[in-house]
Amino acid sequence: MSDTALDITGWTCPAPLRDRPRVVMGHGGGGALSAELVQHLFAPAFGGDVLAQLGDSAAVSLGGVRLAFSTDSYVVRPLFFPGGSIGDLAVNGTVNDLAMSGAEAAYLSCGFILEEGVEMPVVARVAEAMGAAARAAGVEVATGDTKVVEAGHGDGIYINTAGIGVIPDGVDLRPQRVVPGDVVIVSGEIGLHGVAIMSVREGLEFGVDVQSDCAALGGLVRSMLAVTPDLHVLRDPTRGGLAASLNEIAAASGTGVVIHEGRVPVPAAVANACAILGLDPLYVANEGKLVAFVPREHADAVLDAMRAHPLGRHAAVIGEAVDAHPGLVVARTALGGTRVVDLPIGEQLPRIC
Amino acid sequence: MKYIEEFQDPALARRLLDDIHATVTRPWALMEVCGGQTHTIIRHGIDQLLPEQVELIHGPGCPVCVTPLEVIDKALEIASRPDVIFCSFGDMLRVPGTGRDLFQVRSEGGDVRVVYSPLDALRIAQENPGRQVVFFGIGFETTAPPNAMTVHQAKKLGIPNFSLLVSHVRVPPAIEAIMQSPSCRVQGFLAAGHVCSVMGVREYPELAARHRVPIVVTGFEPLDILEGVRRAVRQLERGEHTVDNAYARAVRPEGNPAALAMLEDVFEVTDRAWRGIGVIPDSGWRLSERYRDFDAEHRFSVTGINTREPAECRSGEVLQGLLKPHECEAFGRLCTPRSPLGATMVSSEGACAAYYLYRRLELGTVPAAKTAPTPVSAPLEASPVV
Repeated sequence: MSDTALDITGWTCPAPLRDRPRVVMGHGGGGALSAELVQHLFAPAFGGDVLAQLGDSAAVSLGGVRLAFSTDSYVVRPLFFPGGSIGDLAVNGTVNDLAMSGAEAAYLSCGFILEEGVEMPVVARVAEAMGAAARAAGVEVATGDTKVVEAGHGDGIYINTAGIGVIPDGVDLRPQRVVPGDVVIVSGEIGLHGVAIMSVREGLEFGVDVQSDCAALGGLVRSMLAVTPDLHVLRDPTRGGLAASLNEIAAASGTGVVIHEGRVPVPAAVANACAILGLDPLYVANEGKLVAFVPREHADAVLDAMRAHPLGRHAAVIGEAVDAHPGLVVARTALGGTRVVDLPIGEQLPRIC
Repeated sequence: MKYIEEFQDPALARRLLDDIHATVTRPWALMEVCGGQTHTIIRHGIDQLLPEQVELIHGPGCPVCVTPLEVIDKALEIASRPDVIFCSFGDMLRVPGTGRDLFQVRSEGGDVRVVYSPLDALRIAQENPGRQVVFFGIGFETTAPPNAMTVHQAKKLGIPNFSLLVSHVRVPPAIEAIMQSPSCRVQGFLAAGHVCSVMGVREYPELAARHRVPIVVTGFEPLDILEGVRRAVRQLERGEHTVDNAYARAVRPEGNPAALAMLEDVFEVTDRAWRGIGVIPDSGWRLSERYRDFDAEHRFSVTGINTREPAECRSGEVLQGLLKPHECEAFGRLCTPRSPLGATMVSSEGACAAYYLYRRLELGTVPAAKTAPTPVSAPLEASPVV
């Protein structure tokens, strides 16, 4: 790759996305633009070694206790969708970020940003959904805050949650621990949340009712760690989908990743929706799935444990970490060809035809 | 839904591949016209599985790629106006015009909306009578009929605040232009099945006969592509050059009469510029005189915008099949999906983007994995996430 800056003066076509003078939607899409915003703007501004790890949650030590600490904001539209609501997401999303460090979520904070004019029963429904999700996940909402913005300056309800949990002894989940030979396991069918949201947001019908997979993954992770604490890394593939998570792990570990496309569990409804819209299921968001890199000697037992858990019934081995092509994710296609699975740039866009 | 899994069956694919391998005796160059077919070929690795003698040349059939820079600039100009709601299919938002794209217009306050149908834009116009609603009507014979129907509806319902920014193009004149190029190497065509589902196949026999090339109407799933290749190679090996419909589950010879009638009513044939190629006679549509009131170019007085293409970009040669994406000096270095020199690197159906996304491994343009944060001022390609 070139080590010199692009001189774009006089060119009419190039528009390096990094040089954008304003924030665009892609900066929140979970792909390359999001990563750049964090790595090139936020991380240098904040400094700090912990942030530089750039994990879904930070692993910190306080008073001799190892804690996972994470925060996430939720801006989903519509607020209620098949299989869940912004309230479910706000609890499960942060619980899952902590679970990816091996931590059981203990306490959450909850910051509401409400738009003037939102109906109170709507706020109540969201709050009740959060309460139910917290009880199901075994986590307590311990502190919170509410702000109201003028009508037209919000999308009804925005929620930020932060969470903490204790990382068990002997558990060290980091992409840097991935080594060639590790087995890649996904906990179930991918793409359900993204397609469920699209179906209601855009009024698209895909022939069947697609429900979001929104769920808290703490119990599933606990059952995996019971087999062996020596899992190498876990990720929950939300924005940017499985492709983004695999690329992050490949880049941070310096290993290559090979997946076998035919082994990736893609439900028919997701495949159909993606075919209609020209999207790739590997890039579609999930809210109740994880991808694990597991030492080969533990892979079968971990897979069995996952399949014995309700949230891992459709778990599947989809690939492995390899020596070749470090930092790159390659898919072996069902027909026998290969292709690179890249980090999404910004948002996936529906094709014209 | 049927017709997805069935048409990606590895065992059936193997049989078709075996047949192609057994049939071919010498090198042949086929062009798949449609960007959707290019995408399928590269995404599923079909080009890696075909005999070495069968070369697939990627044609100009990506609607995003061939939309001229000046049309993008007109869209940007219109979308920037405060009284306008600009509606577009999603993949046009990232295509750079002169220095910016529709995403950037939106970030600067422009009301740019992604829709899934031109009728959505018409509904938005009905809901917003005080604002002008413009739909970006680009694409081939596939997208032209619904756009025509929408304009027809706007006129019928008397919706004065709706208009269409039109840049529709037609496949057969492009095939003609490619065949007339002195450096043309194409010996057979996989015609775009969805285009033929609208237009039928009546325009193709004359082309096939005059240029002595087989034209096989082909679908978009992996098995469709393999069947199209199999039939084209079989014809070439026999010295035949006929039109063959290998996508009969979607294409009738006469096409779609209702869609054709709508096109006839709303549009008229005109010369069109193709990005990277230039003007091809009679290769596009514009709104006919009866519907000229709905032409956004005239309504917003942007007919005078004329943008020159950058000389650095060789996408025109790629679109004509004269150059493979990775044979361009800029490929993967100066030109990536992050910093595209041309639309073939922007669109997910563009040949350059498909090669970059899926073929970097064997083309030797794999960026090394880097994890150390770099300063904001660092060059793009030094980014750890590229």
